[in-house]
Amino acid sequence: MPKFVLDGKEIEFKQGQTIIQAAKDNGITIPHFCWHESLSVSGNCRVCLVEVEKMPKLVIACATIASDGMVVHSASEKALSARNAVMEFLLINHPLDCPICDEAGECKLQDYAYSHSVGESRFVEEKTHKDKRVPLGPYIMFDGDRCISCSRCIRFCDEIAKEPELTFVKRGDRVTIVTFPGEELDNPYSMNVVDICPVGALTNRDFRFKARVWDMSANNTICQGCARGCNIELWVRNNEVLRITPRQNDRVNSFWMCDHGRLETFKFINAKDRVDGPYVRREGSLQKTSWDEALADAAKELKSSRFNRNEIAFIGSPYATLEDNYVFAKFAAAVFGSKNIDFMRHSDPSFGDDILRREDITPNSLGAEAVGIRPGQTGLNFDGIINGIKEGKIKALYILEDDIVSADTALEEVLAKLDLLIVHATNFNKTAVLADIVLPAATYAEKNGTIVNFQGRVQRIKPAVSTVELDRAMDSMSMSRLDKFGSIYDRWNQGHKYDARSSWKILAALSSVLGNKMKFNLAEDVFNEISRSVQAFSGLDYDSIGEHGVQSKLQPLEKIEKA
Amino acid sequence: MAVKKRYKDLTLLQRIYIPEIVKGLSLTMKNMFKPKFTMRYPEEKFIPPASYRGRPVLVQETNGEERCVACGLCARVCPALAIEVQAGETEREKERYPEKFEINMLRCIFCGLCEEVCPEEAIVMSKDYELAFSSRGDAIYGKDKLLTPVIQLQDRIEFLRSYK
Ligand code: SF4
Ligand code: SF4
Ligand code: SF4
Ligand code: SF4
Repeated sequence: MPKFVLDGKEIEFKQGQTIIQAAKDNGITIPHFCWHESLSVSGNCRVCLVEVEKMPKLVIACATIASDGMVVHSASEKALSARNAVMEFLLINHPLDCPICDEAGECKLQDYAYSHSVGESRFVEEKTHKDKRVPLGPYIMFDGDRCISCSRCIRFCDEIAKEPELTFVKRGDRVTIVTFPGEELDNPYSMNVVDICPVGALTNRDFRFKARVWDMSANNTICQGCARGCNIELWVRNNEVLRITPRQNDRVNSFWMCDHGRLETFKFINAKDRVDGPYVRREGSLQKTSWDEALADAAKELKSSRFNRNEIAFIGSPYATLEDNYVFAKFAAAVFGSKNIDFMRHSDPSFGDDILRREDITPNSLGAEAVGIRPGQTGLNFDGIINGIKEGKIKALYILEDDIVSADTALEEVLAKLDLLIVHATNFNKTAVLADIVLPAATYAEKNGTIVNFQGRVQRIKPAVSTVELDRAMDSMSMSRLDKFGSIYDRWNQGHKYDARSSWKILAALSSVLGNKMKFNLAEDVFNEISRSVQAFSGLDYDSIGEHGVQSKLQPLEKIEKA
Repeated sequence: MAVKKRYKDLTLLQRIYIPEIVKGLSLTMKNMFKPKFTMRYPEEKFIPPASYRGRPVLVQETNGEERCVACGLCARVCPALAIEVQAGETEREKERYPEKFEINMLRCIFCGLCEEVCPEEAIVMSKDYELAFSSRGDAIYGKDKLLTPVIQLQDRIEFLRSYK
């Protein structure tokens, strides 16, 4: 491999790589604003100026191809004074908006002003004024004053979202960003521009002013919006999820996520209709009760003589984790010997595209099937179960975390025919309100587990929100300063904790009440059993899945490349 | 162990103690006729100088609006985590305002760091030292108790400016 020297350190690079990319691959960051690994090079911010020996002038590291034997200095006196000069230039017209700017705390310009700037302004003239608070689209607010004209947002729309919507207009210190006439910044990936904008010129309208970044904790997890399973971070303050940002995973989502995933996959967690504690139907209405009572009731009803075991059916969930589905299948087989088990497929052809979004709008359908949510040889599949209910052959139904009635409203009448309906639900959705017993399921933000995306990649979800039984410190969620030092008397530390549990835990407890002990203490125990008993996951464990997931044997590799 | 006898080399005058008593009493007598420093609080109030750090308050402009833009820096710097700020959006020029601003006076240690960090000169230490509560909830001061007209805070603001 060819090599060049960067600040006295020898660096290997691939032919054709730029200096900045080669440095990054070797763990060295050369300061930059406009350069982004996934976007084309535009070379306009000039912060990455470096000195290359035998070159007459400083060159920009983002657009200079490395060559064998090159000697590069990124911190020589010349390079540093150039960087200082560029910073001073960028700050000339930059407003003192940090106190009111959402980007503060995660702003590249702020960081660089500390690390690469002299800290004094010589500019005494009036700064330019541009339009502030301009909505560029339904989710994005633009502040012209703060823009440093790096063009990342423009290139993102052109190259990644493939919908050119933004452009520069005017020149010099009057240059600003606008949408093309008659256009809005409303492509399905528009909010990624908020993440890549190095300053606070583009902000998230949904999150605007909700919290300071340093007051939140961030936990790595996986988006539940579709079968892609974009890697994300959940940002939480006072036990409430406030925003989602994407996390880099080159095998799955690169740096991006879609707006649907970002906006629509967390609000149900703190919605008013959350199921908070177990509910049992008494005298026609659902009433809150204790766990012991609800489980005893469920056990009694399931074992009642009103129906035999062939008249019970089980509906798993492509929204629940592998662990939940596995224990569900095991519960159906071991306790009831039931073969009537399947799950409902949810697909939306209009949702899919060839960037990230998938037609399959559930996060774990591949995994649910793989761990046994499929009818036994003589058992009924999903349609069979529904027909069975219509014909009176199925009298009891156990549904795991899926709102099948909202997906198909005709099912409301069908479910009414049942003698017994038990539902695990996070919210009182259209299915849960029909149930005889509702067991409160933890949302994906409140549990450990794994899901399998459309590529067959096993990815980990981790809790970010504490519940009655899940403690932020004990269950190793990340903690903000407020989480660490808040007391029960602080109003900013009294976020609600729901009484909800992972479905596998509820099922294991119910199984014990029914006389079939299951020995699982942690989600990890369940996963270890899955990896022992399901061929596709053999040899995997939570450690090998790590932060970026691992490929299972569920999908052949060629198929992934094509998809 | 044998007890050691302490030996003091005192003169007779010292031993009889009377001159010392006379000295002490004469000091007392002198002070009886000097002006008094003691105040008859609470009938009489102590008005502290501008350098005094009483409870932190929010500056209210003459048009009734707060100066604070809810940047949260005071909450971040506060070593006692006494301050909670929730920002909201407004139509005003500054875009951002504190929807909720609370100081837990049981947590506050009157260090003045909030005042020092504020980029808007919006939170200052007042002269108010009279803090008594009968419950934990009462000790949490909201915007209603914190907002103080700028007129009343003039000398503190001038004091701060003179030391910048
Ligand atoms: S809005 Fe942000 S991303 Fe777009 S050009 Fe300006 S600074 Fe760059
Ligand atoms: S593409 Fe799918 S997984 Fe990715 S953010 Fe959107 S909804 Fe979530
Ligand atoms: S004076 Fe000190 S302790 Fe009190 S609110 Fe301000 S920063 Fe916090
Ligand atoms: S530092 Fe000043 S402007 Fe910022 S929130 Fe506190 S009082 Fe308001």
